[in-house]
Amino acid sequence: MSKKSRISWLLIAPLLALVVAGFILPIGYTMVKAVKNPEVSAALPRTVMVLDAWDGQGMPPNAAFDALVEDIEEGRRGREFGAMTRRLNFELNGARSVLMQTRRALGKLEQPYAETLPEAVPELATPEIWQLIKTNSNPFTASFLLRAVDLQIAPDGRIEAVAPDTAIFIDLFKRTFWISIWVTLICIVLAYPTAYYIATLSNRAASYAMLLVLVPFWTSILVRTTAWFILLQREGPINAGLQGLQIVDEPIQLIFTRFAVYVAMVHVLLPFQILPLYSVMKRQGTMMIRAAASLGAPPWRQFLLVYLPLTMPGVAAGAIIVFMLSVGFYVTPALVGGLQDQMISYYIAFFTNQSINFGMVAALSLLLLVFTGALILIARRFVPGLGTMKAG
Amino acid sequence: MTRIFVPIFAWLVLFFLVAPLLVIFPLSFSSGEILTLPVPGYSLQWYEDFFLTERWLDATKNSFIVGIATMVIATLLGTTAAYGINLTDFRGKTTVLALLSLPMVVPLIVTAASMYLAFSVVGLANSLWGLIVAHTIVATPYVLITVLASLQTFDPNLMRGALSLGARPVTAFREIVLPLIMPGVAAGAIFAFATSFDELVIAIFITSPGEFTLPRQMFAGLREFLSPTITAAAVIMILLSFILLFISEAVRRRGERLTAGKVNQ
Repeated sequence: MSKKSRISWLLIAPLLALVVAGFILPIGYTMVKAVKNPEVSAALPRTVMVLDAWDGQGMPPNAAFDALVEDIEEGRRGREFGAMTRRLNFELNGARSVLMQTRRALGKLEQPYAETLPEAVPELATPEIWQLIKTNSNPFTASFLLRAVDLQIAPDGRIEAVAPDTAIFIDLFKRTFWISIWVTLICIVLAYPTAYYIATLSNRAASYAMLLVLVPFWTSILVRTTAWFILLQREGPINAGLQGLQIVDEPIQLIFTRFAVYVAMVHVLLPFQILPLYSVMKRQGTMMIRAAASLGAPPWRQFLLVYLPLTMPGVAAGAIIVFMLSVGFYVTPALVGGLQDQMISYYIAFFTNQSINFGMVAALSLLLLVFTGALILIARRFVPGLGTMKAG
Repeated sequence: MTRIFVPIFAWLVLFFLVAPLLVIFPLSFSSGEILTLPVPGYSLQWYEDFFLTERWLDATKNSFIVGIATMVIATLLGTTAAYGINLTDFRGKTTVLALLSLPMVVPLIVTAASMYLAFSVVGLANSLWGLIVAHTIVATPYVLITVLASLQTFDPNLMRGALSLGARPVTAFREIVLPLIMPGVAAGAIFAFATSFDELVIAIFITSPGEFTLPRQMFAGLREFLSPTITAAAVIMILLSFILLFISEAVRRRGERLTAGKVNQ
């Protein structure tokens, strides 16, 4: 290595170390969590060992009952027991209460446990819970990733669709893409004529008009969402205005609707579409249009065959940024949308802060990351120099 | 047709962009309790509430602490790294650059959740330090890009000249390179501060009520009870964005003059 490149590396090293330690490793750690499954084997080591030799058909051997009693006895106050019951309950609703019941029964039980335990906890007389423990004894699992696409591993090991009332994720992905596609389309439709108009203005007028785009662009997303949150209230200015103009008699529900999500998201993301369009249009000028006109093309042909193709890179650059940002949006839908308008991000936050299921956090993050990555790779081919804009 | 329609459409869109921000101003000076227009009268009560409530003041203080720390660290690390990247062509340069700008393209929610999970393990979650580290990582790509851009217009012969005249590399960097790339560095620094000051998603994950930042406090306020104090907070944040926008425009113009001067020579 030459002296110069050694100095290069030396200068880059501090930032590289920070990014690797604070960003790459955390993301890697999270992705691993999407397939990691340590809870059951940590809390029930003996049971897992006994069940390992069991074929999963019929009832497990008597030794499994002894092992379960011993494992729970040992870990009854430990953190592992709670983590294990939460983990199993995620796979099978009600598993948690069966295990809690087992723990409560422990002191009163007498040997042989294979007889007394099923009497105290009737659910243990059927193979289901045992099969559940067996399938989850593997330290790695596909179940979070499967669940993220509404599939699950049945107690007997087959992959099946989850019950319709818990199948929410396919809908969630569809909804996320649907909202993002509409937001992107609306942004294009609003931005194109606007950018065109600003590009035709004199320099001085254009810079004032651009100020009206740049000020919201620089204003935080939260402040802009707050503005819509206030505007769309039941007693808010819009409802007051509609009533004042006697368009409606009663205040209408605007906030916590899909309409609110569209309006606020388009408002937040529109500058990302206008800015690249404007810079392309500014460079393009109207020379080509005039050339086309002088050759006798009617206006619609000038536009469709000349101007639109020339400005397409601006449309694409803006649309990709808007779409990418929409797919990962959290703050705006969380504030102005109802429960039916939430996107993937909402569930990542929900599983982190409320239902504390880090496996699902990881699985949804992984899917979102893979999707965004694929999008960037596709976009790179069309829009060189992508990723140099402010992302939020 | 289009000559009338396009301008009207464009002005409506521009109106749509700024109107919501303008509405907040009169509301923040309202003497009423309900957020509706026209306001019943004017008063400074919500600003008074903002500046007299400990929660809001602490949050503002935290935002400045985190924002300034992020700006200093991100500018330092970003400028050094950009100089290192620009210095010579070495193997793996594009990979390093891609790696360092990754925080810009990964969805913030994924970054935030991952940092929360990993930072909890090492005890960095729920602390301002954790937030500073996270914001620095998200903000440095902007510093990197702006400084790299201004380094591209920098003539390496100037550095060579200084070195040949016996200047130590650090002195030469400070006296020759830094003044010339200053507009890029300053723009990066402003962007780093703005990124941190506005950032909410990571703050939602890795702060606890004691160390809320201003956006985090606003978010909590919106979800729990809609107090009009939020409009005062929003106006304060808008004014700050304005100030940052003008500083960055001034820096950009200065940068243009500098490069223009160089071309004329």
